[in-house]
Amino acid sequence: MDLRYSEEERGFRDRLRGWLQEAIPAVGPEPSPHDWDGRRAYDTGWQRKLYDAGYAGINWPSEFGGLGASPTQQLIFLEETERAGAPYVGVNFVGLLHAGPTLMAEASAEQRAAHLPPILRGDEVWCQGFSEPNAGSDLASLRTRAVLDGDHYVVSGQKIWTSHAQVADYCELLVRTDPEAPKHRGITWLILDMTTPGIEIRPLRTIAGSTEFSEVFLDEVRVPVSSRVGAENDGWRVAMVTFSFERGTAFVSEMIQSQVLLADLAALARAGLSDGPAPAWDDTGIRRDLGRLAADLDALAALTKRNISQAARTGAPGVGGSVFKLAYSEMRQRMGDVAMRILGRAALSLEDFDGLPVGAHVQGRLHAISLGIAAGTSQIQRNIVGERLLGLPKER
Amino acid sequence: MDFELTPDQAALQDAIRKQLAGRFPIEEIRGLQDRAGVDRGRWQELAQAGVFGLRLPESDGGVGLGLAEAVLVFEELGRALVPGPLLATHLAAGLIEGAADGSAVLGAVDRRIEPVLVEHLAALDALVVVDDAGLWLVEPRDVQAEAVAVPLDPLTPLHRAASLPTGAPLAGPDGAVAWARDGAVLASALQLGLAEATTDMAVAYAKERVQFDRPIGGFQAVKHILADMLVRSELARAAVYAAGVIIDVPEVGDADRAASVAKILAGEAALANAKACIQVHGGMGFTWEVDAHLYLKRAWVLDTVWGSADAHASALAAAL
Repeated sequence: MDLRYSEEERGFRDRLRGWLQEAIPAVGPEPSPHDWDGRRAYDTGWQRKLYDAGYAGINWPSEFGGLGASPTQQLIFLEETERAGAPYVGVNFVGLLHAGPTLMAEASAEQRAAHLPPILRGDEVWCQGFSEPNAGSDLASLRTRAVLDGDHYVVSGQKIWTSHAQVADYCELLVRTDPEAPKHRGITWLILDMTTPGIEIRPLRTIAGSTEFSEVFLDEVRVPVSSRVGAENDGWRVAMVTFSFERGTAFVSEMIQSQVLLADLAALARAGLSDGPAPAWDDTGIRRDLGRLAADLDALAALTKRNISQAARTGAPGVGGSVFKLAYSEMRQRMGDVAMRILGRAALSLEDFDGLPVGAHVQGRLHAISLGIAAGTSQIQRNIVGERLLGLPKER
Repeated sequence: MDFELTPDQAALQDAIRKQLAGRFPIEEIRGLQDRAGVDRGRWQELAQAGVFGLRLPESDGGVGLGLAEAVLVFEELGRALVPGPLLATHLAAGLIEGAADGSAVLGAVDRRIEPVLVEHLAALDALVVVDDAGLWLVEPRDVQAEAVAVPLDPLTPLHRAASLPTGAPLAGPDGAVAWARDGAVLASALQLGLAEATTDMAVAYAKERVQFDRPIGGFQAVKHILADMLVRSELARAAVYAAGVIIDVPEVGDADRAASVAKILAGEAALANAKACIQVHGGMGFTWEVDAHLYLKRAWVLDTVWGSADAHASALAAAL
């Protein structure tokens, strides 16, 4: 066990830090959360800067134009960009971290050539059409139909929780091509051009007031057979290969944001916010809860390093993913609860209020709820831990 | 950066686990209740395995390894539920004659914590007393104390000391601080071992216990308890291993902070997993015969020494 960074890793960090110092001041102000054209321009503009500097596709193999960085270098990249205040991966998320890796593993040479370079440059934005109103945790029960008609599939159905659909150029779409087959064996993975007629996008509003998710309605949308990735009815396997790209770094940026939030929260508690005459900091219970959160954050950072080290050795983060996500989402819920106690009635504003920086904490409290639901609910994660790691029998 | 065990570390962990499984089966450990928790022969065997002299230089008769390795050994001692003043004797190696080679059994007590309860007093050759001014060597027979009639952990006998002699100086304030920090990390390693043992025990039981015509581990209500146990163990393991590494190589972190983090996470894992283990065992878990309660009681003992979770949380908050 060695937590020291190698000379090569330190050099990578120093060069990146130097570049960020020059690049960040040139980034303009962040657009408003509801200005989606502005957000696309902001996020893809940053992706283009990364591309020009040779930092695009940190997790992509070099044969596809990526950096082919080690899991530890990926950790360093995410730490440094977050600490420097660089734009988040944002609208580039699905292209860089989900659709792109799937195309690398499963797509034809033509499909790769058409999509991978523009994703890397920030010219092409992707969204994900997986979940449906009746296919959430049980994703394989999805019902959006694709019927072959000549050299096209005709697709009809509804998708939900599609992030950034309103600014996406393409969608990685899972459709039902064989309704008679067992549910995992009748699914096909398609590249959907979002300008195709018959697509209607209706933004959803979350409990935090944000609008990154949409419902996508598909009415006889014609998708060329040449846009199919992998074989017909083999789409479930194609969709799952992305998980083999996971290196234990999924929450590094969030972790650093959490550390900043905790330090801010301690400062707010010391500054005198309370529901009584004394500052919240004078309350032993509040102080211990803050200390306990600091301990959890350090332990989660150590767990991240264990998962990354395991991924570097074996190519997969092992027990990491589900264990980390369960612990992280529980910790963020608790941090949010402590924030609400410290802020008292100042927490009744969703934005900064009366000169107090409360917005991030109240938004963070709401965001924490989504962590236990998105990308596999905590209940599904516990099933995965129980069945795959502990070897317990399935319930059904 | 590579936070996986080296081949040597993995071999050390494997060797001590096998030795403890062979020499400290649970029947043997339950039998130690009549001997103040310590058997001299077995104690010597632990010394020969390097448990006490692990961090002493080889030139002083030790093994010459670091806290990172000691953590792996103490994790196994916790997993096997080995009783006795293991931690005090390990920390005293190099300070007190006979500690490293197993010829002496050393205890420790913190003078600042009331009531003053000395563990394993009847088995001790010497007692180290800790306070703000440093470490003090006290003769066990000079301690005026009365046995606690029924100690909570049957394998951790206690004597209540009316007062403790001053004793002979062993180390100053800095020595006491380092002793407390390393002790917290090694105690957290014992707690980590307890947490893992109760997880394994509960998982094994849930696979074999059949109700409603199927193993209870197939029911999500039970499965999710077991999954949460693994999450607590794995998070604690990351924290405890990190603390060992950081104290050996201070440039990679803050040693005091890492020790507090480890003691909080491992303490929580040991307590919560022991309780969950009893719950998964149902009615049998509430019997003396099933071992689950021994892990819970040891976890309670360990939470009261080397800084409670609350004390460490307060220390971390002060640094925020």
